[in-house]
Amino acid sequence: MGMTIAEKIIARAAKVSEARAGNIYVVELDHLMSNDGTTHLTIDMYNKLKNRKIYDKSKLVWIVDHNVPCDSPKTAASQKKMRDFAKENGITFHEGDGICHELMIEKYVNPKELIFGADSHTCSYGELGAFGTGVGCTDYLYAMVTGKSWVLCPETLRFNFTGALQNGATARDLILTIIGRIGANGANYKAMEFAGPGMKNLTMSDRICICNLCVEAGAKTALMEVDDIARAYLKEHGREAADGFVSDEDAVFEKVYDIDLSEIVPVVAKPHFVDNVSPVSEVEDVKINEAFLGSCNNGRIEDLRLGASIIKGKKVAEGVRFLVSPASRDVYDQAMAEGIIETFMDAGAIVVNPNCSVCWGSCQGVIGEGEVLISTGTRNFKGRAGDKNSFVYLGSAATVTASAIAGKIVGAGEV
Amino acid sequence: MGKIFKYGKDVDTDQIIASQYLLYPTIDEMKAHTFESLDGDFIKKVQPGDFIVADENFGCGSSREQAPAVLKACGIKAVLAKSFARIFYRNSINLGVPVIVCSEVYDHVERGDELELNMEEGYVEVKGVKYACTKVPAYMKNILDQGGLLASLDK
Repeated sequence: MGMTIAEKIIARAAKVSEARAGNIYVVELDHLMSNDGTTHLTIDMYNKLKNRKIYDKSKLVWIVDHNVPCDSPKTAASQKKMRDFAKENGITFHEGDGICHELMIEKYVNPKELIFGADSHTCSYGELGAFGTGVGCTDYLYAMVTGKSWVLCPETLRFNFTGALQNGATARDLILTIIGRIGANGANYKAMEFAGPGMKNLTMSDRICICNLCVEAGAKTALMEVDDIARAYLKEHGREAADGFVSDEDAVFEKVYDIDLSEIVPVVAKPHFVDNVSPVSEVEDVKINEAFLGSCNNGRIEDLRLGASIIKGKKVAEGVRFLVSPASRDVYDQAMAEGIIETFMDAGAIVVNPNCSVCWGSCQGVIGEGEVLISTGTRNFKGRAGDKNSFVYLGSAATVTASAIAGKIVGAGEV
Repeated sequence: MGKIFKYGKDVDTDQIIASQYLLYPTIDEMKAHTFESLDGDFIKKVQPGDFIVADENFGCGSSREQAPAVLKACGIKAVLAKSFARIFYRNSINLGVPVIVCSEVYDHVERGDELELNMEEGYVEVKGVKYACTKVPAYMKNILDQGGLLASLDK
């Protein structure tokens, strides 16, 4: 019986010839990523250990991205702890360079790797053929000190894509549609593997968007094959254009879904759940107070270009705050060079630094009681973006930008 | 014996502990905000030894370990749910907080009922009725028994 991509990656990490879903393996990790959401706690726990030793510091990447710029003295103390420890121990450290997953993808991830990140959207690395999974700080610390961890090898749900996105539908609409269909629990503990002839019609940015959101269906990870498009990305970004694993012909998938990309329409996830998905056309007269274009899901140059193309020559609706946050310094630089930042500024948008920003709901663009946000962020749980009595809709860069112009939720076709 | 705090489906980590508290220096400073927007009464009423009983997909959302950590700091003895989100489950086991899948108990109890947990034999008892629970897998039970994952590092 053949293996899935997930099984092959785990077999490699466990140094065994074969891995099967349902079994637990002790594995070595290729990278260990942690951000300012939890590293301060990891450090405190580390300092309480009797035997303090980092197994292999070259595998650690620490990134300050959630509360940037710093919002309070408490945060400053937590970030200082992280910054100081990284410096004292020679740990690769980024602050203000962008969102952790964007940086990992731009700089560090390689095919076939098994990566732990102390952040749920670590499932984002599948487009580079890597198995990334979110863990908490105890798991992170254990792996940091021993170089190893235990993983339950997941079953795989396979999604076969055919056709191409069209009529204004984007990768964001695609993954929201999938999550809406299978539910917030529909992929719990599973690997979501995306393949099929439709893949060649998806850009790297599309693929990152798809993988990134899989945790919202409960998935352990998201995976894809490494094709010429992915190899070209690796080469452009200073890494070897290596091969990834491919699921065997006779690999066993728990379930197979066939998805025709040409049938996808623009959708939104309505409050307060990511699987509460409806076509944009069915959302009527929902006025918004704030719009957000950014996050690890839709903060890349392609997303900014899309937003800029829609808003060029137009203005943000009166009374609406439209925040735009490029996902990394490189994206920001490129957006400046292409005149995209100017386009957003001319339209009246508020362009902020690369960080988790509005999605994180803690330090930028926080919304108040009764307010409505439409966002390219990853989640819309109650109170996520600010007041416990506020409302968050999730949508694509196109839907968010169009809504910012209209002052209410609309599709790009209506502005 | 402890009293039940009953919550529904898809209780996410933002409800358990909101983003704005996560960068507080310690769990102790965060715990006062546990379930702040979902149930303002929780922090006033919770006592060590109490339980959470929930529907499907408890703990969905973020990987923030602060979520099971604040529950532990508030004295919650175990969380029983019809199903758990993956990262929350793993984090709870690693911290030594029992997370037990129990498909029956949710539909038959009320907030405030007294619950007794028998992990070894795999059941809970409420108002004289026993409800079977899925036994925690051996590998994870081992971690729980030693008081969490980090206990093995100091051996």
